[in-house]
Amino acid sequence: MRRTPLRLLDRMTAADLRQTALHALHVAAGARMVPFAGYDMPVQYKPGILQEHLHTREAAGLFDVSHMGQAALIGPDHATTAAALERLVPGEIQGLGLGRMRYTLLLNEKGGIEDDLMVTRGREPADDGVLLLVVNAARKEHDFAYLRERLPANVRLVTFEDRALIALQGPKAAAVLARHAPVVADLGFMTATSALCAGLACHISRSGYTGEDGFEISVPGEHAVTLAECLLAEEEVMPIGLGARDSLRLEAGLCLYGHDIDETTSPVEAGLTFAIGKRRKIEKDFLGAPRIMAELFDGAQRQRVGMRLEGRAPAREGAAICDDTGTALGTVTSGGFAPSLNAAIAMGYVAPRAAKDGTPLQLIVRDQPRPASTAPMPFVPHRYFRRKEEAS
Amino acid sequence: MSETRFTKDHEWIRLDGDTATVGITKYAAEQLGDVVFVELPVVGKLVAQASEAAVVESVKAASEVFAPLSGEIVAINEALADDPAKVNADPEGAGWFFSMKVSDSGQLAELMSADQYADYVKGL
Repeated sequence: MRRTPLRLLDRMTAADLRQTALHALHVAAGARMVPFAGYDMPVQYKPGILQEHLHTREAAGLFDVSHMGQAALIGPDHATTAAALERLVPGEIQGLGLGRMRYTLLLNEKGGIEDDLMVTRGREPADDGVLLLVVNAARKEHDFAYLRERLPANVRLVTFEDRALIALQGPKAAAVLARHAPVVADLGFMTATSALCAGLACHISRSGYTGEDGFEISVPGEHAVTLAECLLAEEEVMPIGLGARDSLRLEAGLCLYGHDIDETTSPVEAGLTFAIGKRRKIEKDFLGAPRIMAELFDGAQRQRVGMRLEGRAPAREGAAICDDTGTALGTVTSGGFAPSLNAAIAMGYVAPRAAKDGTPLQLIVRDQPRPASTAPMPFVPHRYFRRKEEAS
Repeated sequence: MSETRFTKDHEWIRLDGDTATVGITKYAAEQLGDVVFVELPVVGKLVAQASEAAVVESVKAASEVFAPLSGEIVAINEALADDPAKVNADPEGAGWFFSMKVSDSGQLAELMSADQYADYVKGL
């Protein structure tokens, strides 16, 4: 386990780091800035991670996620563009409705995960053949190169380096955003639309990565400060740093690329089989299908599970997971303190025999075994907004 | 009135006779953010100067706390088990970590005074 001596917390220099369009706003708000995925990003503001986390679960939090990669695949028509992407992801993309979005996985030949991403089909007829992508910040250069090498000649990738991305998350996000973009009141979870927000041309999706209802708003970089200031002026909204973003997604049981999933983990091991479309399982025509289909039928060698520790001491990434006799079962891939539960939680990979909820475990923290047990995820229930006709 | 001395690793130590109380500085507590757990040494443990004596966990990360002087742990702040937020609320008072019987108080001279530490932090 990696620990930081207190002396290493001294402020790091930000010379080589990129800045988002909201950088000056973060600094002016008193954020503590840290390097993340090549960007100088706010890890927390003055209230601190605990308060920021709890505020997002109770009201609304504004996150700068402009470091993430925004791009579009552009082909002659939806069927062509979707088929090109489907070679590389296991999700049902051809059947994606207008204005609908889907969480999917960029795969490699070995059935490992190159990245996880959001794919959105444009809502307007003029957008036919366009799929919008949002990929992880730390993987964007890799993903874009990976896609370009594998796309057919009639489908091209266009990246939007100059667009910002602002997430508004929490139970009050919809009420707040509807004051500036009334159309969002009618937007179901995992759907998207182009809309004016505070008079600015934006692309708004009802989505996020906190387990709460919320939105991600793509806006040209030059208008990002105007939009962020407008939303932050609402009394329910507080700026939230990457620290709380991480604790929120962990409580929601959501994977962090490079930690909980990577090039070696398969969707089956990671418990992400919901991302494999029914038709795709029959046609088996995506990268890595042999391994993934074999694991679907026969089970995987390891399984991602949630874990709850008995005390408050967190078990961090890298901590060994053992059974109650001390036999090694696997490794923690994300772990920390869950502010909404006032308890330590973790996720990691274990041998299948220990994947059943309630299995007693020991997590080894600084050479000491800490009692824990396998726990269902999400740790905190998702509260996504479903329209009535979609709920049935 | 005993004097408080400081280390470059952001621990404070207050010597009273041959017993010293140790914690982390206000600067360190602010840098760490919300403390959620403190792992304290067992009473009776012998620690060498600059060796790991405790671990402080914030929401984000675990950090080591080193023994500012050599000696034997004689008491720990049990209240931190239920209320680790005391470290943020009052780092140089109710948020103390442990006290130790110092084996060589001459080591204290190597540490910084409050003024020297304030200058040191300004330079970071």
